[in-house]
Amino acid sequence: MSYSALAVTAVVVVLVLDLAVYRTRMVTRKAYWTAYAIIVFFQLLMNGVLTGLGVVTYEPTTIWGPRIAYAPVEDLLFGWAMVTLTLASWAAVNRRANTARRRGLDTDTRPSSTR
Amino acid sequence: MLVVTAPLELVLHVRVYPRWRRLLVAVTPEFVVFVTWVLYAIHEGHWDYSPVYTTGVRLPGGIPVEEVLFFLVVPLASVLALEAVRKVTGWDAGYPAEEADAPGRAGR
Repeated sequence: MSYSALAVTAVVVVLVLDLAVYRTRMVTRKAYWTAYAIIVFFQLLMNGVLTGLGVVTYEPTTIWGPRIAYAPVEDLLFGWAMVTLTLASWAAVNRRANTARRRGLDTDTRPSSTR
Repeated sequence: MLVVTAPLELVLHVRVYPRWRRLLVAVTPEFVVFVTWVLYAIHEGHWDYSPVYTTGVRLPGGIPVEEVLFFLVVPLASVLALEAVRKVTGWDAGYPAEEADAPGRAGR
């Protein structure tokens, strides 16, 4: 599979995970998109340095061609999938932990004694 | 990383580092998927790393140690960014904020 095909696949998989599997719905939230705006600003800055200096070089046959801040546009899809997978997982882990705790606090018995 | 992100903990009280166990769990899927992706990309020759601008330390599969660190540092920075936004704006991120923030209860 080319880098382009993998990048598009990753975006689709992460969208399905966020909306249908975890159901964290991060992509519908203002807090998430604001954080992403901060992250993508620094990503473009770092991409410019890493690709501009030639720290990382890309095989031209596996990418579409257009570049943003020296790096292939695929890098934006790659970065988006990476960040969104992390934040959706983070939300899922916190939701689960908090729900478990709330249930524990709602009962008269201590959570550890009901196992 | 710890030094530059310290103000987020000390001033904004984002409480990310105290929830380090949750952080580890949350980062695991990303780390596994993207390290696998990179190993495949190196194998297929999708991209290459400069021997001049990297330390030259390569792990099995030819992945530079810098790249492995990248997949830990970026997710950490992303979680810190989300928690900072949540803290400053009070916007919902899909899980109860007050319990996530309760001192002494996080990270379990």
